[in-house]
Amino acid sequence: MTQKNRVSGGLIDRATTLKFMFDGKSYEGHPGDTLASALLANNVRLMGRSFKYHRPRGPLTAGSEEPNAIVELRGGARQEPNTRATTAELYNGLLAKSQNRWPSLAFDAMAINDRFSNFLTAGFYYKTFMWPAAFWEKLYEPIIRKAAGLGSLSMRADPDAYDKGFRHCDLLIIGAGPAGLMAALTAGRGGKEVILADEDFALGGRLNAETGLLETGDWLNATIAELSSLPNVRLMSRTTVIGAFDHGIYGAVERVSDHLHTPDVGKPRQILWRIYAKQSLLCAGATERPIAFENNDRPGIMLAGAVRTYVNRYAATPAQRVAVFTNNDDGHRTAVDLQARGVKVAAVIDTRADAPLADAYEVIRGGQVVDSKGRRGLTFVEVKQADGSMRTVECGALGVSGGWNPNVHLTCHQRGRPTWDDGLAAFVPGGELPPGMQVAGAANGVFSTHGALTSGAKAAAKMMGVKAAKAPKAEDAPVSQTPFWYVEGCSRAWLDQQNDVTVKDVKLSHQEGFRSVEHLKRYTTLGMATDQGKTSNMGGLAIMAELAGKAIPEVGTTIFRPPYTPTAIGVLGGRMRGMEFHPTRLTPSHFWAKERGAVFVEVGNWLRAQWFPLPGETHWRQSVDREVTATRASVGVCDCTTLGKIDVQGTDAAAFLNKVYCNGFAKLAVGKTRYGLMLREDGIAMDDGTAGRLAEDHFVVTTTTANAAKVYQHMEFVRQCLFPDMDVQLISTTEAWAQYAVAGPNSRRLLQKIVDAVHDISNEAFPFMACGNITVCGGLRARLFRISFSGELAFEIAVPARYGDALMRRLMAAGEEFDVTPYGTEALGVMRIEKGHAAGNELNGTTTALNLGMGRMVSKAKDSIGSKLSERPGLNAADALMQVGIKPRDPGDKITAGGHLMLLGGPVDAAHDQGYVTSAAFSPTLGSMIGLGFLKNGGLREGERMRLVSPVTDLTVEVDIVSAHFVDPEGERVRA
Amino acid sequence: MIINHPLLGPRDSAEFVYLGDASLIDRPDPETATAEDWHAYGYLRDNPAGELRELWFHEGGDRSWLVVTRNTLTHEITSVEMARDVARAQGRSK
Amino acid sequence: MSVHDLEPITALGGAAPQVDTVAGLTCTEVTDLALASVAARLGQEKACAKKLKALLGDAAPGPGKALLAAPFSAMWMGPDQWMIGADFATHEDLEVQVKTALRSTASVTEQTDGWCCFDLSGDGIAPVMELLCPVNMRSLQSGDAQRTQIHHLGCFVVCGDPDGFIRILGPRASAGSLHHAIVTAMQSAL
Repeated sequence: MTQKNRVSGGLIDRATTLKFMFDGKSYEGHPGDTLASALLANNVRLMGRSFKYHRPRGPLTAGSEEPNAIVELRGGARQEPNTRATTAELYNGLLAKSQNRWPSLAFDAMAINDRFSNFLTAGFYYKTFMWPAAFWEKLYEPIIRKAAGLGSLSMRADPDAYDKGFRHCDLLIIGAGPAGLMAALTAGRGGKEVILADEDFALGGRLNAETGLLETGDWLNATIAELSSLPNVRLMSRTTVIGAFDHGIYGAVERVSDHLHTPDVGKPRQILWRIYAKQSLLCAGATERPIAFENNDRPGIMLAGAVRTYVNRYAATPAQRVAVFTNNDDGHRTAVDLQARGVKVAAVIDTRADAPLADAYEVIRGGQVVDSKGRRGLTFVEVKQADGSMRTVECGALGVSGGWNPNVHLTCHQRGRPTWDDGLAAFVPGGELPPGMQVAGAANGVFSTHGALTSGAKAAAKMMGVKAAKAPKAEDAPVSQTPFWYVEGCSRAWLDQQNDVTVKDVKLSHQEGFRSVEHLKRYTTLGMATDQGKTSNMGGLAIMAELAGKAIPEVGTTIFRPPYTPTAIGVLGGRMRGMEFHPTRLTPSHFWAKERGAVFVEVGNWLRAQWFPLPGETHWRQSVDREVTATRASVGVCDCTTLGKIDVQGTDAAAFLNKVYCNGFAKLAVGKTRYGLMLREDGIAMDDGTAGRLAEDHFVVTTTTANAAKVYQHMEFVRQCLFPDMDVQLISTTEAWAQYAVAGPNSRRLLQKIVDAVHDISNEAFPFMACGNITVCGGLRARLFRISFSGELAFEIAVPARYGDALMRRLMAAGEEFDVTPYGTEALGVMRIEKGHAAGNELNGTTTALNLGMGRMVSKAKDSIGSKLSERPGLNAADALMQVGIKPRDPGDKITAGGHLMLLGGPVDAAHDQGYVTSAAFSPTLGSMIGLGFLKNGGLREGERMRLVSPVTDLTVEVDIVSAHFVDPEGERVRA
Repeated sequence: MIINHPLLGPRDSAEFVYLGDASLIDRPDPETATAEDWHAYGYLRDNPAGELRELWFHEGGDRSWLVVTRNTLTHEITSVEMARDVARAQGRSK
Repeated sequence: MSVHDLEPITALGGAAPQVDTVAGLTCTEVTDLALASVAARLGQEKACAKKLKALLGDAAPGPGKALLAAPFSAMWMGPDQWMIGADFATHEDLEVQVKTALRSTASVTEQTDGWCCFDLSGDGIAPVMELLCPVNMRSLQSGDAQRTQIHHLGCFVVCGDPDGFIRILGPRASAGSLHHAIVTAMQSAL
């Protein structure tokens, strides 16, 4: 029979029927149902197996605090493990599977663990699997993972998208129950920017789950309608505030499409909101706490308040005959509500001797449930009566109420600790709350509806400086909670149902000396499951306090941390996945390079052409060798736009560069460029580049591609913090100019076809290291620098970025007569190694100007950043590392970067290390591999034969130490 | 965190880059400083559990360096100043 | 201005600006914008402000503000620093024009092609922008200009009309990433 346990009433839409599958069986429910409520309506109580012992479990709660009813939702790539059936909204076609069971939920082979529970008690991981260590990875872990693991991943990419967003408000109200709604009305009517967030899909909190709280029936709907009409109030349902961070920043996850079969096209599955709230009001309500007794974890045993939620809101009773076990008046409400829906109340077992009696159902005063029976679901409970006699009460479900705990979680996110309230026998918010946060309603220990409504209104009125909204007439029952945590003598009574921690485990932990609450948590894993112990921590603490002979506040609590409920990693990543992991930067010649079939490499965020393969080239080396050879033979063009460019202007521009570069710039003539080396203050090389002087008070500085942002930041630090009264202004122009290196003996002839004839770029008029503003192609403003990274006669030409594509095409067309060759970063790298130019491999954060062979560049005539500390003796030892060139004795031998240099015939160990190789490449010019490296006292060791050893690549070759300048050591070509 | 920029008002700390102790402003005078002074400037930092003056760069904003006084225990920020003004006040004008 | 024969491409790589519409909101790539940065020289701050006022026809905007005017607009970038904008067709040499006006009171740098620019016009700006950056769209007013981050890109958000028009300036080399972020947010929010 379908929906056998469906009762009358409820907030479900019976006009629409939704079909869904659970463990391969199909069922029906209605809009407004959760998966758990729909299953209960279909008389399914068994929804999962427990983590360690594989005991049959059903839902304990009707909310996000659920420890048991945890399922795999959806299928295919969308399969989502560890989802709480109690919050999963039902939709047509929903697919769910139970977890922690094999082969099936009803028969679970691993349930044998339950029989061996003596071996699986507190700390069993620590005790059992200590030795031998190798067994852990190969044997223990895989078995434990299979036995204890939670749901499984699809191992496929999540097809859905997740967004991140930002919202601002005067008041963030967390929780839309009576307190939160009244706070929103108050602040909203007062014209404040309000965000009201609630994790539920229906606003109202307990107003949706209880009967008779308010005297006027439609207050909730009228209130929601009014709030919706206020433009300054934003209602965010399906939105969990997961964390309270510094300075009023809150994280919230909105489940935009979780209630749909598939998100609509272009829409996100979830959004992670960063909410900037001037103030916040926590109205998160309270969580009911269970009472521990033997075998208290059978499907059908749930919190009494949850039973009311299922019956009143979802019109689903967990069974046709239900009993209640309570220590307070609240449990009796469950009996009343069940009866009102026609469900048989077996008995109310109340621990209090003076419990109120009722006409309509039996009350067992001073009774205690001491055990339960039923293999895959509750069939009856054993009750010990006040006189000590035993009695059996038949029931398919048992509602348990041990009182309520305020939901203080978010008040603890900045290390605030809650304080103990003796009157409520519960922790309430106290100590240091996150700045700007206040608490109202049940979350603050105000449990009556009237109290919650008025406390929400009053708090919001005070915080916002507006008038409090008037509360509707509501129930105002006095609250008396007396502690009753567990039934005397129980042992396998579950405290933490998700992590399978029992009363016995807590006792054992105490017996073994784990007396601190933090130790208890780690040793037993109490409260360490995905529910963070929302229903279990208090019980554990209480038992621990009793064993230690202390009061609960003396024992203290562990702390709650974000996120409030489990949060998918996908929503934390947002759109930053795959190619969108970071922004991409494209050079102005990118689209042209793509047409040419270039292979690209990521350099920082840039995509740079690595090489340009031609038809017939099957190996990258063929392309790179060709590009190098062609450039050195005639002319090549390379996009070097990615180098950082910083415009430095002001009457003190030269004086400023004198500070940031270790070498001098004051005397650089207008129209000239100079190489510059920047040091960190500790004397280590930071970056290098060139500075061209376009005018007396105007330089253009280049940085390496990778360090552009860092160098700019450093220069601003020097400008603003160290020399605040220098007249110098900085701005980045990296992307404004497309800049191309034109290199090779024919580079001038090619450029003469591009540069307007009024600009003489002959060797005499525009010598090596010249720079200036020019025009090209009939009048386009451009900049020309005669600088060379390749060691050839070379120029760098820059035009406004929008013309970069056209200029590259023009260079290719004009260069046809010279067989012009575009080259990529690989050829660029080969040529700079051949020329002995240092790059990132050499400026690696450990090397000084001296190491780089530029020790004499550090001017002693002036102060510059790093000049003083670079004089330290430790950096200037006689055997300091110096840059050298390395060639294999046998041209067929390999050189690898990272290999170390050792004496021929000497020992190969760290103590005898002579130096190391930083860069290596095959040089088509020399016909062998070559390398750059650092060698102790390298300046005096040219001609020495050594061994290059790389244990990592199992390489030992004999090499010759040579000049780092393999090509044109005299620099004749660059000056040609 | 939120940094209350002296010119732009409250801004998310995600827009900033952190450098460290604001004592980095007090670069020794190259004419008179001893090796010990340079050593202290380069390497010695206090690590207080409490208020610390530190340098933040508004990279995703106006490119100002700021001196932010932050409590390292609570993250409470009690003062935000333009580093350039601080440097001038500390006698770094040329 | 110049008579050269090189054909420009847009920041997104096209010959013509790209236009995308989702529901009632249109995102238009802007290419007819010339930009030059201005930074007052030390000790010349007042003189610079005076000359800027003469050039702009109004006082240069303060922190977080823009002056939306023609032929020159201006946007505050930092202490004593502004970005000047003008129509590209008539002001391709904006740097020279501004430098001529301000003379030795300021450092002026061409910024035209350092940036890409997208205009959002129509309905739904606020819900789209709140997926992109932390700017408080509900308090944004005409003439507000904030530098902020959109998907890790340093961008300017300039408000023309909070209910119907904003301009986003971002780093030109990342135009593709910025455009993707904007259009994705439009599809997500609208």
